[in-house]
Amino acid sequence: MRRFIVTVVIENKQGLSDPEGETILRDLVLKEGRDEASGGGAGSNGSNESGNNGCRISEIKTAKMLRMTVDSRDAESAVRDVRKVCDALHLYNPIVSMVDITAEPSP
Amino acid sequence: MRLVKVGIVVFPGSNCDRDMHHVLRDVFGFDVQYVWHTKTVPAGTDAVVLPGGFSYGDRLRAGAIAAHSPVMSDVRRLASEGTPVLGVCNGFQILTECGILPGALLVNESLGFMCQWTDLVVENASTPFTSMLYVGQRVPIPIANGEGRYYADEDTVRDLQRGGRVVFRYADGSVNGSVGGIAGICSDDGNVVGMMPHPERAAEYETNPVDCGPARMIFESLAGYAPVQRQRQRQISHAGRVGGGEGEARP
Repeated sequence: MRRFIVTVVIENKQGLSDPEGETILRDLVLKEGRDEASGGGAGSNGSNESGNNGCRISEIKTAKMLRMTVDSRDAESAVRDVRKVCDALHLYNPIVSMVDITAEPSP
Repeated sequence: MRLVKVGIVVFPGSNCDRDMHHVLRDVFGFDVQYVWHTKTVPAGTDAVVLPGGFSYGDRLRAGAIAAHSPVMSDVRRLASEGTPVLGVCNGFQILTECGILPGALLVNESLGFMCQWTDLVVENASTPFTSMLYVGQRVPIPIANGEGRYYADEDTVRDLQRGGRVVFRYADGSVNGSVGGIAGICSDDGNVVGMMPHPERAAEYETNPVDCGPARMIFESLAGYAPVQRQRQRQISHAGRVGGGEGEARP
């Protein structure tokens, strides 16, 4: 048995609106980009090409993360076992969410 | 005539259970019992109410942990047997989380906790909680939730609409981003109703002096329905004994 850190990322399915991510993008990231590009003035066209150090961010999705410490034979087993728990206990809601599970050896 | 016996399920974090108890007992004269989430629903219960609140502090998702409470197996069984079950706000969230009702309740489009009066429009007036309302009737009622945006995929919404299972819609469109402005739905058989707004906060003059009549009818409907349901179940039980369990008695 080895110890793994299993990370479970739960996010909305594609096509489902994510108002928090949209707000962060629209009212912080893009706004910051506009303000930097225009020197804080108004009238920008919404592009953030010049702001945010040139980082072109076009979409932000928020997610919930669960980090679990799991003793298992190997990383694959750890992921498989955690997936079973996620499915059985509805740690994510399959109607609206999808889950991404990864495992790394515990430091 | 025996009083209508209602069980109010209480979870850690429920906070509308006392309001519901007050209205059911003091306003409508029901025989009301609290049912702690680790207990079973008492025999002879005519209807079950899952009240609003923040069960388990909305940890993980609203209703996600409460859906696994021991009492929910009782609620599921009673629902399948035709007992009227009403889930209000967090109660609705719990009913969707445990799969008794379809869909999910997501964070409001505004991302904020919404606490305001709104109007509902009745779409199904044949459930145990709406039989004394009429289709198209407006019901002034408050909402108070952070995760009240009803969502279901297109097929599910289509099935709900075709099956007459949309019980309430918001009158002024989708106040919180709910698909189709849906505010309440019911099960296939109609005996389980989930709704985000709070009828217990709108059903008496003291809390709704403008027009408490329509919200009162939600509970008056139950008052009229429960004795009929009780009689029906007695007949089914009797037919089962006489006929060896075959067939079902006519109500």
